[in-house]
Amino acid sequence: MAPDIEAVAEQVFVALADPTRRSILAALATEGPSTATDLAARLPISRQAIAKHLALMADAGLVTPEPGERRRVRFRLRSAPVQLAQQFLAALAHDWDDRLDALQHYLTTS
Amino acid sequence: MTFPDRIERTVTLTRAPREVWQALTTAEGLSAWFGERASIDLRAGGSATMTFAGGMTVEMRVERVEEPTVFAYTWRLPDLPEDDPRRTYVEFTLEPDHDGTLLRVVETGFAQLPVDTRRQTYDSHSEGWARELAELAEHVDGA
Repeated sequence: MAPDIEAVAEQVFVALADPTRRSILAALATEGPSTATDLAARLPISRQAIAKHLALMADAGLVTPEPGERRRVRFRLRSAPVQLAQQFLAALAHDWDDRLDALQHYLTTS
Repeated sequence: MTFPDRIERTVTLTRAPREVWQALTTAEGLSAWFGERASIDLRAGGSATMTFAGGMTVEMRVERVEEPTVFAYTWRLPDLPEDDPRRTYVEFTLEPDHDGTLLRVVETGFAQLPVDTRRQTYDSHSEGWARELAELAEHVDGA
C-alpha cells in the first residue's frame, strides 16, 4: 500500500465536498479541457473564484494545466485520483452483509 | 481517515460445508444468492462471470479450489478502465461447526495503487484521443 493513498483520497473528497468545485469538475467532464474564462462563461461563478478552485484542484491532481490556444492555460480533468477515491467507495459498496444474508436465506430455503 | 483495504466477515450457517460449497462454487448456487446469472469453470485459473440485477456483468478468475474448505477468486475493481490490472481478492474459508458451517469471507486489495502507472496509462489514452481528434480535424478541414 502506497503511503499517500489516504492523502490522495482525502484531497479528492475535500474537492468534491464543495458544490462550486463539483460544478467545475462536471463542466470539465462534459465539455473537455477548458480555460478559466471558458468556465466562467458557462457557470454562475466569477473567473477569479474559478481560478482559485482550479489551483486547489490542480494541487490535488484532479485537474492538470496545459497550454491552450492563444497562450491561455486550459485545464484538463484527470481521472487517476478519482479512481482512487472510487476504490474507497467500492469497499463501502461491496456489501458482504447483504450478500451473506442472501446466502443464509438461500441455504435455509433450498 | 483510514483507507479500507480489507473486508472480513464470519457467519455461521446451518448447512454442512459440502452444501455451502455447492452454493459458492456452482453456477446454480451462485445465481441463486449472489447474482442473477453466473458461469464458472471451477479450477484454479478458470474464468467465471457474474451478472447482477440491472445487467452488469463482472469477470472473475478462480484462484483457489480446495473442496470443501477454500474457494477464492479475483475480480475487477468497479468502474476502472478495461485495461486496469487491479483486482480484489475474495477468499471463502469453510469450517465444520457442529452440523453447520463457519464461513469466513475476506476481500482484500481495495487500497492497491499504482498511481504513477495509472497516470501514464491515463496520459497515453488522453494523448491518443487528442491525436485522433487532431487527425479528424485535419480530415474534416481537408475535405
